[in-house]
Amino acid sequence: MRDREFWRWKEYNWRNPDMDWRKAEIIAAGIDVGSVSSQAVIMLDGELYAYSSIRTGSNSPDSAKKAMDRAIEGTGLTMDNIHYIVGTGYGRVNIPFANRAITEIACHARGANYMGGPKVRTILDMGGQDCKAIKCDEKGKVINFLMNDKCAAGTGRGMEVIADLLAVPIEEIGQRSLEVDEDVPAVSNVCVVFAKSEAMALMKEGWSKNKVLAAYCQAMAERVVTLLERVTVEREFFITGGIAKNIGVVKRIEKLLGIEAMKTDYDSQIAGALGAALFATAIVKKERSAA
Amino acid sequence: MIANYGYMDGSGEFFISIDTDKCAACKDKPCIQACPKGMFEKIIDDYDDEVVAIKEIYRKSIKYECAPCKPAKGWISLPCIEACYPKAITHSW
Repeated sequence: MRDREFWRWKEYNWRNPDMDWRKAEIIAAGIDVGSVSSQAVIMLDGELYAYSSIRTGSNSPDSAKKAMDRAIEGTGLTMDNIHYIVGTGYGRVNIPFANRAITEIACHARGANYMGGPKVRTILDMGGQDCKAIKCDEKGKVINFLMNDKCAAGTGRGMEVIADLLAVPIEEIGQRSLEVDEDVPAVSNVCVVFAKSEAMALMKEGWSKNKVLAAYCQAMAERVVTLLERVTVEREFFITGGIAKNIGVVKRIEKLLGIEAMKTDYDSQIAGALGAALFATAIVKKERSAA
Repeated sequence: MIANYGYMDGSGEFFISIDTDKCAACKDKPCIQACPKGMFEKIIDDYDDEVVAIKEIYRKSIKYECAPCKPAKGWISLPCIEACYPKAITHSW
Protein backbone atom coordinates (compact mmCIF):
# COMPACT_ATOMS: atom_id res chain seq x y z
CA MET A 1 0.00 0.00 0.00
CA ARG A 2 1.20 3.52 -0.81
CA ASP A 3 2.26 5.60 2.18
CA ARG A 4 1.27 8.87 0.49
CA GLU A 5 -1.78 10.02 -1.41
CA PHE A 6 -0.57 12.56 -3.96
CA TRP A 7 -4.03 13.83 -4.84
CA ARG A 8 -4.66 14.92 -1.26
CA TRP A 9 -4.65 18.71 -1.16
CA LYS A 10 -4.43 20.67 2.07
CA GLU A 11 -7.53 21.89 3.91
CA TYR A 12 -7.34 25.47 5.13
CA ASN A 13 -9.15 28.43 6.63
CA TRP A 14 -8.64 32.20 6.62
CA ARG A 15 -9.95 35.16 8.59
CA ASN A 16 -9.56 38.92 8.21
CA PRO A 17 -8.05 40.01 11.53
CA ASP A 18 -9.02 43.65 10.93
CA MET A 19 -12.75 42.95 10.96
CA ASP A 20 -14.98 42.47 14.01
CA TRP A 21 -18.22 40.57 13.52
CA ARG A 22 -19.72 42.19 16.64
CA LYS A 23 -19.88 45.51 14.79
CA ALA A 24 -21.60 44.07 11.71
CA GLU A 25 -25.27 44.66 10.93
CA ILE A 26 -25.58 41.71 8.55
CA ILE A 27 -23.71 38.47 9.13
CA ALA A 28 -24.31 36.16 6.21
CA ALA A 29 -22.84 32.83 5.23
CA GLY A 30 -22.55 30.75 2.08
CA ILE A 31 -21.74 27.07 2.01
CA ASP A 32 -20.70 25.30 -1.16
CA VAL A 33 -20.83 21.54 -0.71
CA GLY A 34 -19.16 20.28 -3.84
CA SER A 35 -18.45 16.75 -4.95
CA VAL A 36 -14.78 16.93 -3.94
CA SER A 37 -14.41 19.99 -1.70
CA SER A 38 -16.63 22.09 0.53
CA GLN A 39 -16.21 25.77 1.32
CA ALA A 40 -17.86 28.04 3.86
CA VAL A 41 -17.69 31.82 3.60
CA ILE A 42 -18.74 34.38 6.22
CA MET A 43 -19.46 37.94 5.13
CA LEU A 44 -19.96 40.99 7.33
CA ASP A 45 -22.13 43.65 5.69
CA GLY A 46 -21.19 42.32 2.27
CA GLU A 47 -17.42 42.16 2.93
CA LEU A 48 -15.40 38.96 3.11
CA TYR A 49 -14.59 38.09 6.73
CA ALA A 50 -13.66 34.41 6.93
CA TYR A 51 -13.65 31.22 4.92
CA SER A 52 -12.60 27.61 4.94
CA SER A 53 -12.05 24.88 2.39
CA ILE A 54 -12.18 21.21 3.32
CA ARG A 55 -12.54 17.88 1.52
CA THR A 56 -16.14 16.73 1.13
CA GLY A 57 -16.86 13.49 2.92
CA SER A 58 -19.52 10.94 2.14
CA ASN A 59 -22.15 12.91 4.03
CA SER A 60 -23.22 16.39 2.87
CA PRO A 61 -24.64 17.66 6.19
CA ASP A 62 -21.42 16.65 8.00
CA SER A 63 -19.24 18.27 5.34
CA ALA A 64 -21.26 21.48 5.54
CA LYS A 65 -20.99 21.52 9.34
CA LYS A 66 -17.24 20.88 9.25
CA ALA A 67 -16.68 23.62 6.68
CA MET A 68 -18.71 26.05 8.77
CA ASP A 69 -16.89 25.08 11.98
CA ARG A 70 -13.52 25.67 10.28
CA ALA A 71 -14.65 29.05 8.94
CA ILE A 72 -15.79 30.36 12.32
CA GLU A 73 -12.91 28.74 14.23
CA GLY A 74 -11.30 31.21 16.62
CA THR A 75 -13.73 34.04 15.82
CA GLY A 76 -16.09 33.64 18.77
CA LEU A 77 -18.91 33.57 16.21
CA THR A 78 -21.61 30.91 16.59
CA MET A 79 -24.27 29.71 14.15
CA ASP A 80 -26.87 31.64 16.16
CA ASN A 81 -25.14 34.92 15.29
CA ILE A 82 -25.48 34.33 11.54
CA HIS A 83 -28.57 35.98 10.08
CA TYR A 84 -28.91 33.98 6.87
CA ILE A 85 -27.19 31.01 5.27
CA VAL A 86 -27.39 30.03 1.61
CA GLY A 87 -26.32 26.55 0.50
CA THR A 88 -25.00 25.76 -2.95
CA GLY A 89 -23.15 23.02 -4.84
CA TYR A 90 -24.06 19.36 -5.33
CA GLY A 91 -25.00 18.96 -1.69
CA ARG A 92 -27.02 22.18 -1.43
CA VAL A 93 -30.36 20.48 -0.83
CA ASN A 94 -28.90 18.54 2.06
CA ILE A 95 -27.61 21.28 4.34
CA PRO A 96 -29.94 21.24 7.35
CA PHE A 97 -28.97 24.66 8.70
CA ALA A 98 -29.18 26.55 5.35
CA ASN A 99 -32.11 28.93 4.93
CA ARG A 100 -32.16 28.57 1.15
CA ALA A 101 -30.49 26.62 -1.65
CA ILE A 102 -29.29 28.36 -4.83
CA THR A 103 -27.57 26.67 -7.76
CA GLU A 104 -23.80 26.87 -7.97
CA ILE A 105 -24.12 28.43 -11.43
CA ALA A 106 -25.78 31.58 -10.06
CA CYS A 107 -23.44 31.59 -7.05
CA HIS A 108 -20.24 31.30 -9.09
CA ALA A 109 -21.35 34.16 -11.32
CA ARG A 110 -22.08 36.32 -8.28
CA GLY A 111 -18.83 35.31 -6.60
CA ALA A 112 -16.75 36.00 -9.72
CA ASN A 113 -18.45 39.39 -10.04
CA TYR A 114 -17.31 40.22 -6.49
CA MET A 115 -13.78 38.96 -7.05
CA GLY A 116 -13.20 40.36 -10.53
CA GLY A 117 -15.56 43.33 -10.54
CA PRO A 118 -18.41 44.30 -12.89
CA LYS A 119 -16.28 43.81 -16.03
CA VAL A 120 -16.37 40.02 -15.68
CA ARG A 121 -18.46 38.54 -18.50
CA THR A 122 -17.33 34.94 -18.95
CA ILE A 123 -16.62 32.54 -16.12
CA LEU A 124 -15.12 29.12 -16.30
CA ASP A 125 -15.67 27.07 -13.16
CA MET A 126 -13.53 23.97 -13.09
CA GLY A 127 -14.87 22.02 -10.17
CA GLY A 128 -14.19 18.64 -8.67
CA GLN A 129 -16.51 16.63 -10.86
CA ASP A 130 -17.94 19.05 -13.35
CA CYS A 131 -17.06 22.02 -15.45
CA LYS A 132 -19.23 25.06 -16.11
CA ALA A 133 -19.06 27.83 -18.64
CA ILE A 134 -21.08 30.85 -17.51
CA LYS A 135 -21.78 34.24 -19.04
CA CYS A 136 -23.04 37.03 -16.83
CA ASP A 137 -23.94 40.70 -16.90
CA GLU A 138 -22.32 43.56 -14.98
CA LYS A 139 -24.27 42.64 -11.84
CA GLY A 140 -23.18 39.02 -11.89
CA LYS A 141 -26.54 37.74 -13.11
CA VAL A 142 -26.29 34.66 -15.32
CA ILE A 143 -27.26 35.20 -18.96
CA ASN A 144 -26.04 31.89 -20.39
CA PHE A 145 -24.64 28.75 -18.86
CA LEU A 146 -23.45 25.33 -19.80
CA MET A 147 -22.41 22.54 -17.52
CA ASN A 148 -20.69 19.28 -18.31
CA ASP A 149 -20.84 16.74 -15.54
CA LYS A 150 -21.16 13.56 -17.53
CA CYS A 151 -17.58 12.45 -16.98
CA ALA A 152 -14.53 13.42 -14.95
CA ALA A 153 -12.46 14.59 -17.94
CA GLY A 154 -11.78 18.30 -17.55
CA THR A 155 -12.39 18.25 -13.81
CA GLY A 156 -10.45 18.29 -10.58
CA ARG A 157 -11.12 14.64 -9.94
CA GLY A 158 -9.44 13.77 -13.24
CA MET A 159 -6.40 15.77 -12.11
CA GLU A 160 -6.36 13.90 -8.81
CA VAL A 161 -6.30 10.58 -10.68
CA ILE A 162 -3.26 11.69 -12.70
CA ALA A 163 -1.51 13.04 -9.58
CA ASP A 164 -1.83 9.66 -7.91
CA LEU A 165 -0.86 7.74 -11.03
CA LEU A 166 2.35 9.73 -11.54
CA ALA A 167 3.05 10.17 -7.81
CA VAL A 168 3.27 13.95 -8.19
CA PRO A 169 1.73 16.17 -5.47
CA ILE A 170 -1.34 17.82 -6.99
CA GLU A 171 -0.13 21.33 -6.11
CA GLU A 172 3.02 20.80 -8.27
CA ILE A 173 1.31 19.55 -11.43
CA GLY A 174 0.74 22.93 -13.08
CA GLN A 175 4.27 24.24 -12.65
CA ARG A 176 5.89 20.95 -13.64
CA SER A 177 3.78 20.73 -16.78
CA LEU A 178 5.22 24.09 -17.87
CA GLU A 179 8.80 22.91 -17.44
CA VAL A 180 8.52 21.04 -20.75
CA ASP A 181 9.99 23.11 -23.60
CA GLU A 182 8.03 21.59 -26.47
CA ASP A 183 4.28 21.69 -27.23
CA VAL A 184 3.07 18.27 -26.18
CA PRO A 185 0.03 16.71 -27.90
CA ALA A 186 -2.93 16.12 -25.59
CA VAL A 187 -3.94 12.72 -24.26
CA SER A 188 -7.61 11.70 -24.52
CA ASN A 189 -9.88 14.50 -23.40
CA VAL A 190 -13.16 12.61 -23.48
CA CYS A 191 -12.52 10.12 -20.69
CA VAL A 192 -10.29 10.06 -17.61
CA VAL A 193 -10.00 6.27 -17.75
CA PHE A 194 -8.69 6.48 -21.33
CA ALA A 195 -6.42 9.38 -20.38
CA LYS A 196 -5.02 7.33 -17.50
CA SER A 197 -4.33 4.36 -19.80
CA GLU A 198 -2.69 6.67 -22.32
CA ALA A 199 -0.55 8.28 -19.62
CA MET A 200 0.65 4.85 -18.49
CA ALA A 201 1.52 3.88 -22.07
CA LEU A 202 3.44 7.14 -22.55
CA MET A 203 5.45 6.52 -19.37
CA LYS A 204 6.34 3.07 -20.70
CA GLU A 205 7.48 4.72 -23.94
CA GLY A 206 9.94 6.73 -21.90
CA TRP A 207 8.15 10.06 -21.57
CA SER A 208 9.15 12.05 -18.51
CA LYS A 209 6.54 12.69 -15.83
CA ASN A 210 6.55 16.38 -16.68
CA LYS A 211 5.84 15.65 -20.34
CA VAL A 212 2.91 13.38 -19.44
CA LEU A 213 1.59 16.07 -17.10
CA ALA A 214 1.87 18.59 -19.95
CA ALA A 215 -0.13 16.23 -22.19
CA TYR A 216 -2.83 15.87 -19.54
CA CYS A 217 -3.01 19.61 -18.80
CA GLN A 218 -3.29 20.22 -22.57
CA ALA A 219 -6.15 17.67 -22.77
CA MET A 220 -7.96 19.36 -19.92
CA ALA A 221 -7.53 22.78 -21.50
CA GLU A 222 -8.83 21.57 -24.88
CA ARG A 223 -11.79 19.94 -23.17
CA VAL A 224 -12.93 23.06 -21.33
CA VAL A 225 -12.27 25.36 -24.27
CA THR A 226 -14.83 23.43 -26.38
CA LEU A 227 -17.30 24.06 -23.58
CA LEU A 228 -16.44 27.76 -23.46
CA GLU A 229 -16.72 28.14 -27.22
CA ARG A 230 -20.31 26.95 -27.04
CA VAL A 231 -21.32 29.89 -24.88
CA THR A 232 -18.78 32.14 -26.70
CA VAL A 233 -16.07 33.81 -24.69
CA GLU A 234 -16.32 37.50 -23.98
CA ARG A 235 -13.84 39.64 -22.08
CA GLU A 236 -13.28 39.85 -19.18
CA PHE A 237 -12.70 36.17 -18.61
CA PHE A 238 -12.45 34.73 -15.10
CA ILE A 239 -11.62 31.24 -13.85
CA THR A 240 -12.98 29.85 -10.58
CA GLY A 241 -12.75 26.48 -8.86
CA GLY A 242 -9.81 24.44 -7.68
CA ILE A 243 -8.26 23.95 -11.12
CA ALA A 244 -7.86 27.73 -11.42
CA LYS A 245 -4.87 27.16 -9.11
CA ASN A 246 -3.23 24.91 -11.71
CA ILE A 247 -1.08 27.32 -13.71
CA GLY A 248 -0.36 24.65 -16.33
CA VAL A 249 -4.03 24.32 -17.26
CA VAL A 250 -4.76 28.05 -16.99
CA LYS A 251 -1.85 29.03 -19.27
CA ARG A 252 -2.92 26.49 -21.88
CA ILE A 253 -6.54 27.67 -21.80
CA GLU A 254 -5.33 31.24 -22.27
CA LYS A 255 -3.20 30.17 -25.21
CA LEU A 256 -6.05 28.29 -26.89
CA LEU A 257 -8.48 31.17 -26.41
CA GLY A 258 -5.98 33.94 -27.11
CA ILE A 259 -7.30 35.72 -24.02
CA GLU A 260 -5.64 36.18 -20.65
CA ALA A 261 -7.75 35.28 -17.64
CA MET A 262 -8.30 38.00 -15.02
CA LYS A 263 -5.99 37.86 -12.03
CA THR A 264 -7.33 38.10 -8.49
CA ASP A 265 -5.98 38.18 -4.96
CA TYR A 266 -9.00 36.19 -3.77
CA ASP A 267 -8.97 32.42 -3.46
CA SER A 268 -10.63 31.20 -6.67
CA GLN A 269 -11.88 28.06 -4.95
CA ILE A 270 -14.31 29.95 -2.70
CA ALA A 271 -16.21 31.68 -5.54
CA GLY A 272 -19.32 29.52 -5.15
CA ALA A 273 -19.57 29.92 -1.38
CA LEU A 274 -18.76 33.62 -1.71
CA GLY A 275 -21.58 34.05 -4.21
CA ALA A 276 -23.92 32.18 -1.87
CA ALA A 277 -22.95 34.52 1.00
CA LEU A 278 -23.61 37.52 -1.27
CA PHE A 279 -27.06 36.14 -2.08
CA ALA A 280 -27.64 35.65 1.68
CA THR A 281 -26.63 39.26 2.36
CA ALA A 282 -28.98 40.52 -0.38
CA ILE A 283 -31.87 38.44 0.99
CA VAL A 284 -31.40 39.84 4.51
CA LYS A 285 -31.30 43.39 3.12
CA LYS A 286 -34.47 42.78 1.11
CA GLU A 287 -36.29 41.25 4.07
CA ARG A 288 -35.31 44.13 6.35
CA SER A 289 -36.34 46.80 3.87
CA ALA A 290 -39.70 45.04 3.39
CA ALA A 291 -40.32 44.86 7.16
CA MET B 1 -30.85 33.68 -19.50
CA ILE B 2 -30.01 30.82 -21.82
CA ALA B 3 -30.04 27.59 -19.81
CA ASN B 4 -28.33 24.70 -21.57
CA TYR B 5 -29.20 21.22 -20.36
CA GLY B 6 -27.26 18.25 -21.63
CA TYR B 7 -23.66 17.30 -22.19
CA MET B 8 -20.85 16.84 -24.65
CA ASP B 9 -19.01 13.57 -24.96
CA GLY B 10 -16.94 11.70 -27.52
CA SER B 11 -19.99 11.28 -29.76
CA GLY B 12 -20.98 14.93 -29.96
CA GLU B 13 -22.76 17.83 -28.26
CA PHE B 14 -26.27 17.29 -26.99
CA PHE B 15 -27.93 20.31 -25.44
CA ILE B 16 -31.50 21.51 -25.12
CA SER B 17 -31.37 25.28 -24.66
CA ILE B 18 -34.15 27.22 -22.97
CA ASP B 19 -34.34 30.99 -23.14
CA THR B 20 -35.71 31.60 -19.66
CA ASP B 21 -36.64 35.24 -20.34
CA LYS B 22 -39.06 34.08 -23.05
CA CYS B 23 -40.11 31.05 -21.00
CA ALA B 24 -40.92 33.06 -17.87
CA ALA B 25 -43.33 35.20 -19.90
CA CYS B 26 -45.28 32.11 -20.98
CA LYS B 27 -47.95 31.10 -18.46
CA ASP B 28 -49.10 27.85 -20.04
CA LYS B 29 -45.78 26.04 -20.47
CA PRO B 30 -47.26 23.74 -23.15
CA CYS B 31 -43.90 22.05 -23.72
CA ILE B 32 -44.40 20.10 -20.49
CA GLN B 33 -47.42 18.30 -21.92
CA ALA B 34 -46.01 18.09 -25.43
CA CYS B 35 -42.89 16.07 -24.60
CA PRO B 36 -43.82 12.38 -24.91
CA LYS B 37 -41.10 11.46 -22.43
CA GLY B 38 -42.18 14.05 -19.86
CA MET B 39 -38.67 15.49 -19.72
CA PHE B 40 -39.71 19.05 -18.89
CA GLU B 41 -40.66 20.34 -15.46
CA LYS B 42 -41.68 23.69 -14.02
CA ILE B 43 -39.20 25.21 -11.57
CA ILE B 44 -38.58 28.50 -9.79
CA ASP B 45 -35.10 29.54 -10.87
CA ASP B 46 -32.44 31.37 -8.84
CA TYR B 47 -33.91 34.71 -9.85
CA ASP B 48 -37.43 33.72 -8.73
CA ASP B 49 -38.82 33.27 -12.25
CA GLU B 50 -41.14 30.37 -13.05
CA VAL B 51 -39.52 28.58 -15.96
CA VAL B 52 -39.23 25.09 -17.38
CA ALA B 53 -36.12 22.95 -17.06
CA ILE B 54 -35.10 19.48 -18.13
CA LYS B 55 -35.57 17.04 -15.26
CA GLU B 56 -32.29 16.08 -13.60
CA ILE B 57 -32.68 12.36 -14.41
CA TYR B 58 -32.75 13.07 -18.16
CA ARG B 59 -29.88 15.57 -18.40
CA LYS B 60 -27.12 13.03 -18.95
CA SER B 61 -29.05 10.94 -21.47
CA ILE B 62 -30.95 13.41 -23.65
CA LYS B 63 -29.38 12.03 -26.80
CA TYR B 64 -31.21 8.78 -26.12
CA GLU B 65 -34.35 10.25 -24.53
CA CYS B 66 -34.96 12.49 -27.55
CA ALA B 67 -34.16 9.74 -30.05
CA PRO B 68 -37.81 8.62 -30.61
CA CYS B 69 -38.63 12.16 -31.82
CA LYS B 70 -35.51 12.24 -33.97
CA PRO B 71 -35.55 9.27 -36.35
CA ALA B 72 -32.37 8.36 -38.21
CA LYS B 73 -33.89 9.49 -41.51
CA GLY B 74 -34.01 12.99 -40.07
CA TRP B 75 -36.65 15.13 -38.37
CA ILE B 76 -38.66 18.10 -39.52
CA SER B 77 -40.29 19.24 -36.28
CA LEU B 78 -40.12 18.33 -32.61
CA PRO B 79 -43.12 18.32 -30.24
CA CYS B 80 -41.41 20.50 -27.63
CA ILE B 81 -40.29 23.13 -30.14
CA GLU B 82 -43.66 23.07 -31.92
CA ALA B 83 -45.56 23.55 -28.66
CA CYS B 84 -43.35 26.36 -27.39
CA TYR B 85 -44.97 29.43 -28.93
CA PRO B 86 -42.52 31.97 -27.39
CA LYS B 87 -39.83 30.03 -29.30
CA ALA B 88 -37.72 29.56 -26.21
CA ILE B 89 -36.53 26.00 -26.92
CA THR B 90 -33.75 24.92 -29.25
CA HIS B 91 -31.83 21.68 -29.71
CA SER B 92 -28.13 21.60 -30.55
CA TRP B 93 -28.25 18.41 -32.61
